[in-house]
This record gives sequence, C-alpha cells and structure tokens, in this order.
Amino acid sequence: MAYSNKARGFFANELTGIREAGTFKEERFIESPQAANIKVEFPAGSPPKEVLNFCANNYLGLSSHPEVVTAAHDGLKERGYGMSSVRFICGTQDIHRELEEKLTKFLGTEDTILFPSCMDANAGVFDVVLGKEDAMIADRLVHASIVDGMRLCKAQLFNYKHSNMEHLEEKLKESQDCRFRLVITDGVFSMDGDVAKLDEICNLAEKYDAMVLVDDSHATGFMGKTGRGTHEHCGVLGRIDIITTTMGKALGGASGGCVSGRKEIVDLCRQRARPYLFSNTVPPVIVAAASKVLDIISKTTDRRDKLEANTVFFREKMTAAGFDIKEGVHPIVPIMLYNAKLAQDMARDLYNEGIYVIGFSFPVVPKGQARIRVQISAGHEQAHIERAIAAFTKIGEKYKILGKKKNEIIDMYGL
Amino acid sequence: MNQDIKNLIIDYVKKEYLEEDAEQEVNETTPLISSGIVDSFSMVSLKTFLEKKFNIKIPDEKATPEAFDSVNNIINLLKEFNVT
Repeated sequence: MAYSNKARGFFANELTGIREAGTFKEERFIESPQAANIKVEFPAGSPPKEVLNFCANNYLGLSSHPEVVTAAHDGLKERGYGMSSVRFICGTQDIHRELEEKLTKFLGTEDTILFPSCMDANAGVFDVVLGKEDAMIADRLVHASIVDGMRLCKAQLFNYKHSNMEHLEEKLKESQDCRFRLVITDGVFSMDGDVAKLDEICNLAEKYDAMVLVDDSHATGFMGKTGRGTHEHCGVLGRIDIITTTMGKALGGASGGCVSGRKEIVDLCRQRARPYLFSNTVPPVIVAAASKVLDIISKTTDRRDKLEANTVFFREKMTAAGFDIKEGVHPIVPIMLYNAKLAQDMARDLYNEGIYVIGFSFPVVPKGQARIRVQISAGHEQAHIERAIAAFTKIGEKYKILGKKKNEIIDMYGL
Repeated sequence: MNQDIKNLIIDYVKKEYLEEDAEQEVNETTPLISSGIVDSFSMVSLKTFLEKKFNIKIPDEKATPEAFDSVNNIINLLKEFNVT
C-alpha cells in the first residue's frame, strides 16, 4: 500500500487548514425532492427539519414538476437507463438530437451540442475555438468553469474590470494583433445577480471584429420576455456567437449542459471538444425530461412571469423592511452584510426560523462583501416569500441592521 | 531607478485593478493577492504588463501569488531578471 502516513498527514493538515480558514463546506442532507418546501437533516444525525428553500437554482420550480418527472419515467422506460458509450460510438439516440434541435430553436442559434454539464462545455469550447495566435478577453468575474476552460486553451488571456466597457475596449485595442478575439462573459453573474451589458459588448465586439461567448447558466429559461436568456433581455438575439448554458438550473435542474451558437463551431466541438469526446453521453432519462421542460416553457411564459413577479415582490418588500440589497432584476438577491461572521450568524438563525439560505464571504466574494444570497423561484408561493421576509425582518432586528447603510453596518460589525 | 519602477507598478495596479471611485490606497507593501485587490485569474494582466514593459519572460513557476503579493515582492522578482 502506497498511501503512506506522510501522505495521510499531509491531506489531513490541508483539511485542518480549510477548517481553520472558515471555508470548510458542510453538506446538508435533504430527505425530500428538490422544491420550495424541503426536509433537511442538519447537522448530520439530527431529526429532519422542514424548511423553505431559498438557495436552489430551481428558478422555474421545475425540478420536481409532475410533468417533468413523468417525462423522465417515460424516457427511462422507452430509451433505457444508460448508454454505456460516448456520443460518437453508440451513445446518440434520436432524443439527443431532438433535444439539441429544441435548444437551438429556443436559444435562437444555428446549432447546439450537448455536454455532460456546462462545466464540461466551458472546459471544452475554448480550446476548440482558439489557438495560440488568438485572444480571450474575459470579464474578471466569470464563473470558475470558464476560468478553468481558458486555462486549458493556448490563446493569450486578457481580462477586463467587471462590466467595465471602457476597460474592455482598451483590451480589444491591446489585442488587435491577434488572429481571432473572443469576448467572454457570464450573462448573469452568480454572486451579485447583475446582468452583463450584452448590447454594449456586442457593439464593441462588432467594432473591433471580435466574437462573443456568453455563459447563460443563470438566465436560460427565464431572462427576457420569453425566457430565452440574457441575449433576449438585452435585445441582442442572434448576435451572440457562442452560448454555453446548463440544464442543471432552471431547465429541470438535473444535469447536462450545451454549447449553442455558430454552426461551424458546434460541428468542430463534435470533432474536438475533449469533455464531449471522452465523457459518457447524457443519460436518456435526463434528455427526455429536459426536452419536456423546453416544451413547457416554449408553450407558455407563465412560470417565468411568476418568477419575475415573485422577484419584484421580494426585492420591494426587503428594501422596504430596511435591508441593504444589491439592486437588480434577477432572482438572485444579495442581502449585503459585509461582515463574514454576521452573514454566517444570520444564515444560521434564519435556518432555525425555517428559512434555508447561505451566507457567502471571501474568497467566494470579494473581501468585505459578505452577504446572504437569496434565490427566488417560480416554485415559491407568495405565502412562502412573506414567511421569508418576516423571518429576515425578525433576525434583522435582532442584529439591529434594519435601515442601516453600508458604512453603519461596517461600523457595527467591522469588515 | 528602483523608485521609478515601484511607481510604475503602483500606477498600473491602481489603473488596472481599482475602480475609479475606490478609496483603497496602494503602496509598495500593500498586499495585492492576499487582500483580494488582484485575484489569481486577473494576475495575468500584471504579468503580461511586466513582461512587455521590461522585455522579459516570467516562467509560470516563478509567477506565484507570493511573488506578486506586493510591489516590493515584484521588485524582488524583477531583480532575478536583472531589472533594477
């Protein structure tokens, strides 16, 4: 056995270091389907507690929707459980291609290729599209999966200050000598819920002859009037060259992702994207359910409309209650607390009140920007949201932060 | 000369990493990486800037977060490339 005491001691020390830094992530066991109401065993070994879930990416409330679950059952029955193959050997069923076509139509692109996850889509796409003569110009707050994908690519890396269009233009000028340039951004940024300025990004990209890639994982299915995503919200449908997105959030929340965009790029991904070539195909049960989700949200905008109404209601009432929240339109609502311990303490107290939310602090968000991130869902009823607001208000009073501005909270609790 | 290089790097850090309305002060000892002013992803801009400015190539194994954690640390790194 080569797992020496030295190795064991080293790994144990690493874990101790993570615990001491306060960044150790504990998993909570949920003993029910994903929904607005869930049963949670936390801490491990305690009796299950019924709480309202305000931290899932279940934006459209479709994760356990009966029609989606039935479609999954049907998919399992009609196309089996596993494919025991990558796509290009014997892992492509008719329903895989159908789902890709539905995604293409929904996103308003030229073609789509499924990946096991959006993490895999982002890990694969850059190396396919760009070589060492090219440039990647990324917003500094792009998702970790994009950062990892860019690391696997030989193109020169530039990055610009978050959503700062002057800085992006500087970088476009700096990289003029490169063969191809790709501007890279999240459609919606996951910690602040702010929306990329895609209209300005597209204008700049066109001016400087660059392509645009958007990771729309926190937008597909509900941003924009018909839920197409951030490109619809910003009025740039058809102008984004590459969209990467996930089926693991609004679109049923199981797993799977895709690259959708210019036909040649999608075709080239089929030939060269390593996470696509060397991972198993997305299982039929997930393909069948995701396909049903697209049918549901293509037929009616009811769910995204409800999500929008829920979001407006929560944002307005929380602001009126005196919380310092980041302004915006997205169901990600950051309740700003600035101090890491305050964010953790309030999240724990809210859990005891039956509201499941998570506190985020450095290094997940910048230092001094600790917050509780609330995520609203179309699965929430107004009564759920009212309960959350009441609990937040009670706990906010306990910590005396209601009506307090940023500097006042920092004066009371420090950074 | 050393002071000129320090000022050059400080000016670059302020322009490249801080928002215009930022109150943050940056001097030669200010932690850059560990304070979160520069994260490991955006550090590449600083590395590229130094390489172009001084016509050097900093190998990845030398471009560590520690080596970039303050202007003084960067000055020490540059000395290895005979930039003084």
